[in-house]
Amino acid sequence: MTDVRPRIRLPRSASAGDSIVVKTLINHDMETGQRRNSAGETIPRQIINRFTCEYNGVMVIDVALEPAISANPYMEFEAVVPESGEFVFTWYDDNGEVYTATEAFEVS
Amino acid sequence: MLTRRDTFAIGLGASAVALLPATAFADAVDDWIAAYTGGAAMEDGGVTITAPEIAENGNTVPVSVSAEGATEIVLVATGNPTPGLGRFTFGPGSGAPMIATRIRLGRTQDVVAIAKMADGTFKTTRVEVKVTIGGCGG
Amino acid sequence: MQHLKPARSLALASACVAALWSGAALADPDLSADLVIDGELHIVTRAPSDDTITPYLPERYSGWLFRSEDTRAMQMDDFENPAMIAAEAGAELWTTVDGSAGQSCQDCHGDAEESMRGVRAMMPHVNEDGVLWSMENYVNNCRTERMGAEAWRWSGDEMTSMTSFLSLQSRGMPVAVQIDGPAAPYWEQGREMYYTRYGQLELSCANCHEDSTGQMIRADHLSQGQISGFPTYRLKNAGIVSIHNRFRGCIRDTRAETFAEGSDEFRALELYVASRGMGLGIEGVSVRP
Repeated sequence: MTDVRPRIRLPRSASAGDSIVVKTLINHDMETGQRRNSAGETIPRQIINRFTCEYNGVMVIDVALEPAISANPYMEFEAVVPESGEFVFTWYDDNGEVYTATEAFEVS
Repeated sequence: MLTRRDTFAIGLGASAVALLPATAFADAVDDWIAAYTGGAAMEDGGVTITAPEIAENGNTVPVSVSAEGATEIVLVATGNPTPGLGRFTFGPGSGAPMIATRIRLGRTQDVVAIAKMADGTFKTTRVEVKVTIGGCGG
Repeated sequence: MQHLKPARSLALASACVAALWSGAALADPDLSADLVIDGELHIVTRAPSDDTITPYLPERYSGWLFRSEDTRAMQMDDFENPAMIAAEAGAELWTTVDGSAGQSCQDCHGDAEESMRGVRAMMPHVNEDGVLWSMENYVNNCRTERMGAEAWRWSGDEMTSMTSFLSLQSRGMPVAVQIDGPAAPYWEQGREMYYTRYGQLELSCANCHEDSTGQMIRADHLSQGQISGFPTYRLKNAGIVSIHNRFRGCIRDTRAETFAEGSDEFRALELYVASRGMGLGIEGVSVRP
């Protein structure tokens, strides 16, 4: 697997208490376990099976992903920002690896 | 490189799957849904799915769902090798019970959304997404 | 390899022809659509045709116009465009030391935004020795001759990441390839290929992309076959596809033994096809189905 790069998109600004749109993208093949290689062997499944987003320790969303989520999983959702703080995003790989990204956010 | 023999074998396999009675898929989907809802009845409506009528490529189909008052939403595909698409649980920090993502659909089928409400009841809706085989796009 | 019996291949060919000319679903591109990236950068997707290169096209259209609304939207946002991950990987490769000379691209070329601006727009280009080179050739030449590094596979992850990154530096600039002077013989070769029927299905590029552009071939919306959007993120592959990779696929789909990536033939074809899009904006990394 090539370098895994999470990408986060947050709005430029928001007021305290607003609900903001959060967009996330991470590169990952999301190998379904349905495909076969040229030798006819089944390519084993390896997907991101879980994604979570927290803001200042509060859970925003917890996603259980199935193989039918497209490669390079894209997730867009909304989070409340009662005060300034930090987003923590976590992706869990079938192989046990965990990828994280953090983004500070300021409310006006 | 695919030999003609391979192509025939794959074609035979594909047509065997296509010949599976629709009930085979339906059973798997019903079982999956029953396992999720615990057999509880689902109310039609109160959930909005936005998906293309025709997906330009089944590998990446943009889908968004929202359901007012939902604590959790699951997406189910009625014609994929396995029914589950994803389970989206909204925490205290969630701003709205909505999610947008991209899914894989292996063929024309319904995408079903089931929303679990705060009081434990379920709402549902479904849309059909046509998935085409390309022309000479390979 | 055995060939299909003549009767079957004829049936197949006529079925395809029938599909092309059925006229049942004449679906024109959405000419009112406007390609603006992140609400700021406008990319030219319609350019005037001319009498020398594309006398049979009323106007030149980017492949973007032929795509569904959802696919078009994916390209208009640099965040939502999955190809940007590859471009970012390319940006990292740009600053990564590789090879016996202990240098990175940046060590010689500096900031890519300046030094590589316009490069993609003029590819493929005849080099100092009079040989037509694609962008991939230039990259590998630097790597092997100056960096002392190994050449990258034409359509491997590293190369496609790099070409995505480099292509981004020309985004919005008009395609401007040279087709006269030392480039002329290659252009002629490419033009001949474009109008040559290949494979059991006996289809030339022109059959689909000139004679039948705008029509549906089964469920595909036939574009003009422009490459101004390449390298592209193909939804089908969920990955970056290079120009030659796409050529290979197209010719393979006519049931022909296809040429190799990086071959003389494909470089010539690339020059000719690029010239058919002159005036269209380089799209950086596009999104296609």
